[in-house]
Amino acid sequence: MLELAIGIILGCCALGAGAAMIAGIGPGIGEGNAVAAACEAIGRQPESKGDVTSTMLMGCAVAETTGLYALVIAILLIFVAPNLLVDILLKAVGK
Amino acid sequence: MPSDIIHYSLFFIRYSFFLKGCVKEKMEKQKLNPKLTDALLIGGMILPIAVGALLKILLIPAAEGVEISGAHIFFTLPLPLGGLPITETQVNQWLVMFSLLFICLYLTHGLKAIPDRKRQHLAEWIVEQTEKLVKGNMGEYFADFAPFIGAVLGLSAFSSLLSLTGLFPPTSDLNVTAGWAILVFILITYYKMKCGPIRYLKSFAEPVPFLAPLNVISEFATPVSMAFRHYGNILSGTVISVLLATALQGLSRLILGWLPGFLGEIPLFRIGLPAVFSVYFDIFSGCLQAFIFAMLTMLYVAGGFPAEDYFKKQKQKTKKASKKTSIKNLEVI
Repeated sequence: MLELAIGIILGCCALGAGAAMIAGIGPGIGEGNAVAAACEAIGRQPESKGDVTSTMLMGCAVAETTGLYALVIAILLIFVAPNLLVDILLKAVGK
Repeated sequence: MPSDIIHYSLFFIRYSFFLKGCVKEKMEKQKLNPKLTDALLIGGMILPIAVGALLKILLIPAAEGVEISGAHIFFTLPLPLGGLPITETQVNQWLVMFSLLFICLYLTHGLKAIPDRKRQHLAEWIVEQTEKLVKGNMGEYFADFAPFIGAVLGLSAFSSLLSLTGLFPPTSDLNVTAGWAILVFILITYYKMKCGPIRYLKSFAEPVPFLAPLNVISEFATPVSMAFRHYGNILSGTVISVLLATALQGLSRLILGWLPGFLGEIPLFRIGLPAVFSVYFDIFSGCLQAFIFAMLTMLYVAGGFPAEDYFKKQKQKTKKASKKTSIKNLEVI
């Protein structure tokens, strides 16, 4: 029974991490839009390439934030949560 | 983490004085043999990294198979408020700082009014570029921020690049980036308070007082997002590098596994290929994150500063002061 419980904890942590990374879609689309717009701008005004590129990188970094929140949560779920939860379970069972 | 902040603030102050003082003014004539000092300084650059590698080899047990773990804890200092663990992160961070210090010394020692060495050109270029960046993004008022931004850029970039030597990069620990982000948060709040605490509190009630809780949350989201961004990018690079190396190992075993003896264990796909990805994940990503962290620091600090009101107040103050002095002068007469 205990093995089953621990198995459920591990499996659900992995599933949660996978589900959290769905958030990667948003930054992907957003950064794609940003880069497309930057390419357009450079095509229209090639002399402003430096400014456009640095602004684009800044914007990409800010757009990436939500994806990174998801990444941090996924990493916590994979590397930190299982140990914690199993400890809690073992304490509750009394072993 | 508080200890981290003290370390970094100390380092930033030292380093900023250093950049400002050394490059702009001519240094005294050196008495030592210049070649010897050069050798000593280059040794000082490489020695910290060698020490780090030695510590890693001697004190940290080798991982078996794939292992992605946090920083290794060397020992725990007993302190009144709970123990302070001295981890790989802190040790490596100090090593990077020493290495950077010696790089600065190497670049700036023996400066002349008419530069005759390449390193002086490099040092001048770095200082000029940093000042240009700061003035362009923050305005004239914040021109004194250049050394601080230079220190943030240098420390962050070199900390991330430490992963090229196989050591644990300090920026892939949340404590380090959170320490920096808290430092930046204090700076932002300080410059927001320049027009008095009442105006600072009022700024939360804009545009409608009803939105105040949301404004408070977004205020605290700034350092959190800065810390997570830097940490997440560097850590994800490390994790992907490890996974990639393992996957390539498996692939080469799958294809060459039927060969007899040691031929079957040649990691064919691990030769060179991970280096190509490391160019992106270690070099590009590390430098880009350093740039972005410095850039966001500049934007937030300059954006939070109520420039118009502050300068108006200053003008009024000087007017009042001049009036007062003139009245006093009249009384005296």
